[in-house]
Amino acid sequence: MYALVSVQTQDFDVGAELAALREQSRQIGAVASFVGVVRDINEGQQVTSMELEHYPGMTESSISAIIEQASQRWQLLGARVIHRVGLLQATDQIVLVAVSSMHRGEAFSACEFIMDYLKARAPFWKKEQTPDGERWVDARCTDQSAAERWSEADH
Amino acid sequence: MVTVLFFARIREQLGVDRLSLALPEGAVSLGAFKLQLLANNDASWAEVLLADNVVKAVNHQVVDDAYMLQDGDEIAFFPPVTGG
Repeated sequence: MYALVSVQTQDFDVGAELAALREQSRQIGAVASFVGVVRDINEGQQVTSMELEHYPGMTESSISAIIEQASQRWQLLGARVIHRVGLLQATDQIVLVAVSSMHRGEAFSACEFIMDYLKARAPFWKKEQTPDGERWVDARCTDQSAAERWSEADH
Repeated sequence: MVTVLFFARIREQLGVDRLSLALPEGAVSLGAFKLQLLANNDASWAEVLLADNVVKAVNHQVVDDAYMLQDGDEIAFFPPVTGG
């Protein structure tokens, strides 16, 4: 299975990335994708920009491990994940998860699974700049439970 | 020697991002190593590194205090992740 993970400061072109993913196999019948974007308001406060820190090395290996888990669970043909780091502005793209498979069910499920696990496991940290100063974003319990529901589904 | 890395809020609170330290003789768990780290630094480190939600990783794998360290390990302390 084709898998490519990038952690980068520069923006990405979703159309070009999906086209590149489709070029990896002629068996592809479905591509599902998710794009995460910097909101201009978080917890009631204006967010002007955001600094994204990560753990080089572990970030890439943890995302690759998540893709590997997804590929054991669903029949996938390819996966492409891009996560940006550094300084981002409101409305900027942060993350792309794209998955290809023969049929839509696998692509939809695996895309959501990879995104849920990325949010709960991949070592990224957001610091928001607001008119009142900067603040580290707190982890949300809902992000942990979004990942955990996939393991509950096994029981 | 082992490398110790701190990220995000923890890095800012401790005012350090990386340490290179000799591992004590004999079998050392991550928990024991952490207590030694606290003993050798400012008292404020305890509050930061003993917080319930601190995530610990060795060689890029999340582990708990019982994990046995080896020479050359890369140890990291970081807050709960907030990517995506």
